[in-house]
Amino acid sequence: MEVAKPIQHNQLVALEKDIKKERRQLAVKRFFSNKTVLAGSIMLIFLTLFAFIGPLISQFTPLQIDPANRLAKPSAEHWFGTDNFGRDLFSRVAHGAQVSMGVGLSVAVLTAVIGMVIGLYAAYYSALDHILMRISDALMAFPDILLAIAIMAVLGPQPVNVVIAVTLAKIPVVARIVRSSALVIKEQTYIEAMRAQGASSWRIIWRHILPNTVSPLIVQVTYVFAIAIILEAALSFLGAGVPAPDPSWGNILYDGKIVIYNAWWMTVFPGAFIVMAVLALNLFGDGLRDLLDPHSNKALKE
Amino acid sequence: MLLQQQLDGKITEQKDTGTPLLQVRNLKKYFPITSPFGRLKGHVKAVESVNFDLYEKGTLGLVGESGCGKSTTGRSILRLIEPTEGSVNYRGKDLLQLNQREFKGFRKEMQMVFQDPHSSLNPKKRIGELIEEPMEIHKIGTKADRMERAMDLLKRTGIREDQYFRFPHEFSGGQRQRIGIARALAVDPAIIVLDEPVSALDVSIQSQVLNLLEEIQDEFKLAYLFISHDLSVVRHIADEIGVMYLGHMVEKAPTDDLFANPLHPYTKALLSAIPIPDRKQRRERIIIKGDVPSPIDPPSGCVFHTRCPFAMEQCKSIKPEMLQQSDGHQVACHLYN
Repeated sequence: MEVAKPIQHNQLVALEKDIKKERRQLAVKRFFSNKTVLAGSIMLIFLTLFAFIGPLISQFTPLQIDPANRLAKPSAEHWFGTDNFGRDLFSRVAHGAQVSMGVGLSVAVLTAVIGMVIGLYAAYYSALDHILMRISDALMAFPDILLAIAIMAVLGPQPVNVVIAVTLAKIPVVARIVRSSALVIKEQTYIEAMRAQGASSWRIIWRHILPNTVSPLIVQVTYVFAIAIILEAALSFLGAGVPAPDPSWGNILYDGKIVIYNAWWMTVFPGAFIVMAVLALNLFGDGLRDLLDPHSNKALKE
Repeated sequence: MLLQQQLDGKITEQKDTGTPLLQVRNLKKYFPITSPFGRLKGHVKAVESVNFDLYEKGTLGLVGESGCGKSTTGRSILRLIEPTEGSVNYRGKDLLQLNQREFKGFRKEMQMVFQDPHSSLNPKKRIGELIEEPMEIHKIGTKADRMERAMDLLKRTGIREDQYFRFPHEFSGGQRQRIGIARALAVDPAIIVLDEPVSALDVSIQSQVLNLLEEIQDEFKLAYLFISHDLSVVRHIADEIGVMYLGHMVEKAPTDDLFANPLHPYTKALLSAIPIPDRKQRRERIIIKGDVPSPIDPPSGCVFHTRCPFAMEQCKSIKPEMLQQSDGHQVACHLYN
């Protein structure tokens, strides 16, 4: 038998780089050929820029009262008009974007991490599964908004508490998704193969089950992000969310409700931003699901 | 000349076996059946008193129709399923008496290759990582050592080394099975349990994988427990064959002996079902009637008596013992008492 020369180390490193580069190019190509995810990302980038640059380019602060200029129509000075205290609406909507999207993002990250841990361990240990899933059944039996209001009533109106309330309401949903896909993965032969090697349950859960449940998790989390924005707005609108006078899209809507017949701008602008944020996240999530699902590999087939 | 030497070598190896590497005695696996309220309703008697020895560089084939307990036997030995009773002696140590921590050290001596090459490799891992993982679990070598060995094994099993960073879905079934074999070899085991390793592959690929298995058996001094339902495949690779029916081993014999002179009626029926390419050469087919009885409530006496064309009165009540008929040829049947 011929004795082949072993591959040199530097050759190998170059090889790894090539393959990773090739994969990256493919991923970029697939990203750009998926119109849904592209549209979602463009809208999200726009919203993020608006939240961070908006307050900088506005010459008013969101709390600056100008009673002489109450309920002014959108003009060159006040781009989105003013509210019933004469505060600049553009500045308030931009600051509200920070609050609303900040709450949404925090909820998304927290539910993802906690839901993932709960889902993975529930799927792996069936005794734990019974306990955790009954608790999540109980939590899911309440409508999200009622559960969140109850928690807010206990904790008090604070932006941090909004995050806690919405997170608690949404963890069961994420945990269920992770659990159901982990249950499928757990029965795969490659998990049995790892068990035959004597792999620890830590290794099996985190190194083998987790990577295979990440795609449904990411997709679900983008929806939770969107729902969290709606829930935050709803809570603030009901007066159980971010307390006045701090702006959030929800409590700007609440202020606008009273004057809806004479100042359309007070409901239209924050409302439009909520719609845009939720639409962007849903588009992004839908597109991501197609991207991460190997069965709908459109870009590869072209 | 060379061939003769090899044959001589093989014969002396078989004779000069001495102590077996693995001794399985009285292995039983009963799966409990419980009602929805947790009440025990009975047992599925998947494996019932199986005995066999496995010798260094030897191959034992386990054959039988689906549901006869051959896979359960393989998995019980690796303790992927905890056996109900029995002993598995590896180099004089009873593996079933060890706790999980003690047993982990022995896991690297016994590896497994699975039937389905599509689900036995984690789709999210590069094949190099897959082969290195067993070494990582058993803390063998440094990262660089492991990588080098993974490369060696890939090359040895017929995968190009530069495929190291590829993912399993980029390979065909046969190639994936080769990767599965490379993974089993990674920790330098003494025994590999092959659970229908070629039945998911095309016939042309089957022979390639079987040849690879034979090559590495000599090279790595491996003992195989080869589980299959395909008699022609087992005939090709096994030194000794155990025939299983409904959890029982009914006949065990050296391969050539079994094919030349099958004793148990069930074995005869199985062998007569192998198609012969030559139309002129007719053979009497033994057709067994009915279905396999339920392992929850197996027949009394000889488990095969319900379908056996030669069943006698005593078969219904007395369970036949596994008795030696000629050198190494054992059968559990009242016809030969």
